[in-house]
Amino acid sequence: MAQKTELPPAEQPAPAAKPRSKPATDVAGLGRGRAAAFVAPAMALIAVFLVFPALWTIYIGITNYRLTGVQAREPEVVGVDNYVRALGDPTFHNSLFLTLIFVLFSAVIGQNLLGFSLARSLSTLRPVLRRVVESLVLLAWIIPSSIVAFLWLALLDRDAGTLNVLLQTSGFAWLIEYPLVSIIIFNIWRGTAFSMLLYSAALASVPPSQLETARLVGASRWQTLRDVVFPHIRGHVLTNTLLISLWTFNDFTPFLITAGGPNDRTEILPVYIYNTAISGGQMGYGAAVSLIMLLINLIIALFYIRLLRERK
Amino acid sequence: MSPREMVGRIGFYTLVALATAFFALPMLWLVSTPFDAQPGLALAIPDPTLGNFSELLDNRYALGSLLNSILLAVGTALLVVAFAATAAYSLSRVRIPGRDVLLYLLLLLSSIVTGTAAMVPIFLLMFELGLIDSRVGVVLVLSGGLLPAAIFILKDFMDSVPKSYEESARVFGASSFQILKDVVVPVIRPGLATISVWTIVNVWGNFLVPFILLRDADKQPAAVLMRTFYTEGGSPNLELISTFSLLFSVPVIVMYLFVNRKYGFRFYGGIKS
Amino acid sequence: MRRTVRLIAVTTGLALAATGCLGGTSEEQTDTERGAEATEVTLTIAANAVSGGKNAEEADWIENYVIPEFVAAQEAEGVDVTVEFQSSGVDDEDYKSKIALDLRTGSGADIVSLDGIWVGEFAEAGYILPLTEVVGDTVEEWDGWEQIPDAVQANMSFNDERYGVPAGSDGRVLFYNKELFAQAGLPEDWQPTSWTEILDAARALQGIDGVTPIQLNAGTAMGEATTMQGVLPLLVGTGERIYDEDGGTWQGNTQNIRDVLGFYQTVYGEELGDPTLQQEAQGRDKSFAEFAAGTIGILMEGDYFWRSVIEPTQGVAPMANRDEVVGFTRLPAMEPGSGIEEQDFVSMSGGGGRVLNPATEFPQQAWELLTFMNSADATIELIGDGARLTQREDVNSEILADDPMLSFIAEEVVPLSAYRPGLAVYPQISVALQQATLDVVTGMPPEEAAAKYQQAVEAALGGADDIASD
Repeated sequence: MAQKTELPPAEQPAPAAKPRSKPATDVAGLGRGRAAAFVAPAMALIAVFLVFPALWTIYIGITNYRLTGVQAREPEVVGVDNYVRALGDPTFHNSLFLTLIFVLFSAVIGQNLLGFSLARSLSTLRPVLRRVVESLVLLAWIIPSSIVAFLWLALLDRDAGTLNVLLQTSGFAWLIEYPLVSIIIFNIWRGTAFSMLLYSAALASVPPSQLETARLVGASRWQTLRDVVFPHIRGHVLTNTLLISLWTFNDFTPFLITAGGPNDRTEILPVYIYNTAISGGQMGYGAAVSLIMLLINLIIALFYIRLLRERK
Repeated sequence: MSPREMVGRIGFYTLVALATAFFALPMLWLVSTPFDAQPGLALAIPDPTLGNFSELLDNRYALGSLLNSILLAVGTALLVVAFAATAAYSLSRVRIPGRDVLLYLLLLLSSIVTGTAAMVPIFLLMFELGLIDSRVGVVLVLSGGLLPAAIFILKDFMDSVPKSYEESARVFGASSFQILKDVVVPVIRPGLATISVWTIVNVWGNFLVPFILLRDADKQPAAVLMRTFYTEGGSPNLELISTFSLLFSVPVIVMYLFVNRKYGFRFYGGIKS
Repeated sequence: MRRTVRLIAVTTGLALAATGCLGGTSEEQTDTERGAEATEVTLTIAANAVSGGKNAEEADWIENYVIPEFVAAQEAEGVDVTVEFQSSGVDDEDYKSKIALDLRTGSGADIVSLDGIWVGEFAEAGYILPLTEVVGDTVEEWDGWEQIPDAVQANMSFNDERYGVPAGSDGRVLFYNKELFAQAGLPEDWQPTSWTEILDAARALQGIDGVTPIQLNAGTAMGEATTMQGVLPLLVGTGERIYDEDGGTWQGNTQNIRDVLGFYQTVYGEELGDPTLQQEAQGRDKSFAEFAAGTIGILMEGDYFWRSVIEPTQGVAPMANRDEVVGFTRLPAMEPGSGIEEQDFVSMSGGGGRVLNPATEFPQQAWELLTFMNSADATIELIGDGARLTQREDVNSEILADDPMLSFIAEEVVPLSAYRPGLAVYPQISVALQQATLDVVTGMPPEEAAAKYQQAVEAALGGADDIASD
């Protein structure tokens, strides 16, 4: 292998900036300058269209800003009042609790497991079959939220819903009797496609030679999974779980199916924000709760990172 | 095939069938209602008709909005894939201090910006930039919101790609950009495919950003048009909604199959390890 | 880390600098005569209507009648006018956000459609100004004002100043199924005079198998429909509006509120209504479908129900025999004479109108266009073959003569209607009312629900001042 010393001097990164203990990963000879240039377009876009509005929104969170009314013209900085109000509101606590359960069961467990199983199983199917199943799973993800809501309302309808017709249980109101379970299953149906896509791509990067070796030594499917596959996709598991948790946390779609009810039993945080802040027009409060949600997601993310990095 | 293997196979196919049924069952409404002369909120034996489709095509915005959706989706996907790939590559290969923290922070911030609380700042920002009623503006805002997650996902793929090829290419004097283009991208194709599909799906269903930023009815994408198929009192016009939903879903499936074929989630050799 | 810190510092600085733009609106233009002499004029009309979708008739009317006619008329006077139509057609709340953002930055259309209850909060925010401030005193001289009833004008006014021209009105009545009534031995031309008589009719209907006697909107899933087609019409039947303008007080835990909640308890406690339906996300639309299918006996709704929902050809839940089978009657007060202004019968009205953008470049021409849109001829053209309540009494008496339901509303209902207060805090009060009905429907005693409602109102207003309770 060619060594760095053969490179023209201008390409070498300044040695003082590199920590000596870590091996050089800059195999493309990017150097600080070019690395910055590669990152610049994305960062510029992000800085202007994401960071700036996001910080502005966080600022709104410490005011009593409304879109209409007197507070639209003269918003006052209320400091931590919005946060104190949220943290002291029992409806907020209920909402947070419901959201955590919702995320845990539908995303972390549900979508992850189902997505992975599908990614793994489908690779053994005939291409035609595979394409059909993949398309169905994908359709569930693609169809816009308002339509998906109709689909599920039709499925779980009390009087003539598809499920009740199949199970001959006409008159059973699934969405009123088991609202949280219903939206958990709904969200698994809705979001598995992304996990399936990601794990498909991830599994594709597992070296076939290692799989072959495992098969030759007679490893069971479970052992192969644990010892050969998992180490390669550990990073992907972290990425996927982090992303789907974040997205599920912020997902508003269940509102369209249960309207946060019956009687707040499915009032997850996005619905809580909608009910208290958007329909009431209190943007300041809504922004504050959004920041609280962000911090909670940060804690969850740190938790995942510890969990998946520690086992080295 | 031994009996045990056969039972295993049957069990396997049963599970696949169950999963398929699980995903297909709610869709029944979508495929039967557009053809029903009297659509309702529950599944029913349809009173067959194609009238809903002609009613939809009478709507002068229907097909145009699908085109707008395609423009927005493809535009954003190109932008996101290009910028995220270069950024992720660089972040993966060069140790910039604080990069992980920065990425997580940006990822979390993106969840604020896609919520309704950020609606006012985004509008005011675009107003100052003179990008109201501009599809380009919509693409820029959507890209900004999607880039952190895209970079996050792609960096993951890049990290797991062995560096031997890049080192070889370096020896032969290839520039960094060439290395990215000719060596890394082909290997990273499954990741790029994931990102492009994910971007397209997100843009396709996004209502709030195009709604807030666009003013001309001819520029609006299908996701916004869908929300107009209600009566003044808020009751849904199911004939139009169900039919349009069906039409609305078709282009995305087509795009997915196209990306799948072109980039593939399969991995056709190349790296030996 | 340094890079991260630098990035955050820069953007924070920018954000703080820009947040100076958070408060305040565009500079007010006080010259009402600006652009009056211009010979090339561009005007834009914005409405929550779109061709082929929501409020399509209005959209088509603007594009096919208003604009061509106005442009031609102006051309005859030597002025070259271009008029554009900015359509929307989305959910009212989304439309509201959009125009609020536009008005805030001084951009957007010159003539903007607005719901009546938004006028107050938009005025307080400085987004709109009284018509006389935008156009001048010539506004008072328009002859159209005489044709629009005072109460309807008040819907587009705030602090006794006109901010816009109303674009229509509506009213709430009790719809009932005459066939089911015949089955239950109830009169075909039913006119209850008290709440008790409503309950008696419902109890009679209870005997019919598979029929829900009465649909009384309740719960939070139906949103404003619960308040507007449930709580408020009942409340004005007890003699109080939700907000007393003279005293500046909101109804808290008062006897009136307890009476309303008591009515809910009777209806749902005796199973005269379907409590599960009130909690379903699409409960309201389902109730429409059920009424159309003949499984609900009595329904409280606005005339919108008659002309857009159960309308035989174009409705979303059409009833082919609507005109023969569906009856309608005024809503009685709790007891005769116990309604507001000592009325025997009550109703609630909503409706919207059109305002002028204070930042318009051509206030005089915009006013001309607005008065044109509200002229008798233009209004008749808008109605076309359909029938709905307009804001003008002369038009109503002319076109509604053939439609018994709508002339009924125009003559008998609108005059005794009350309106919602157009204050920014109203939506939160509305949610509190919805929650109170939900509590009662799910079994809470009315007194407890009323006390809980009082607490919610206090939280919304930030204190117990301005709340009436007993």
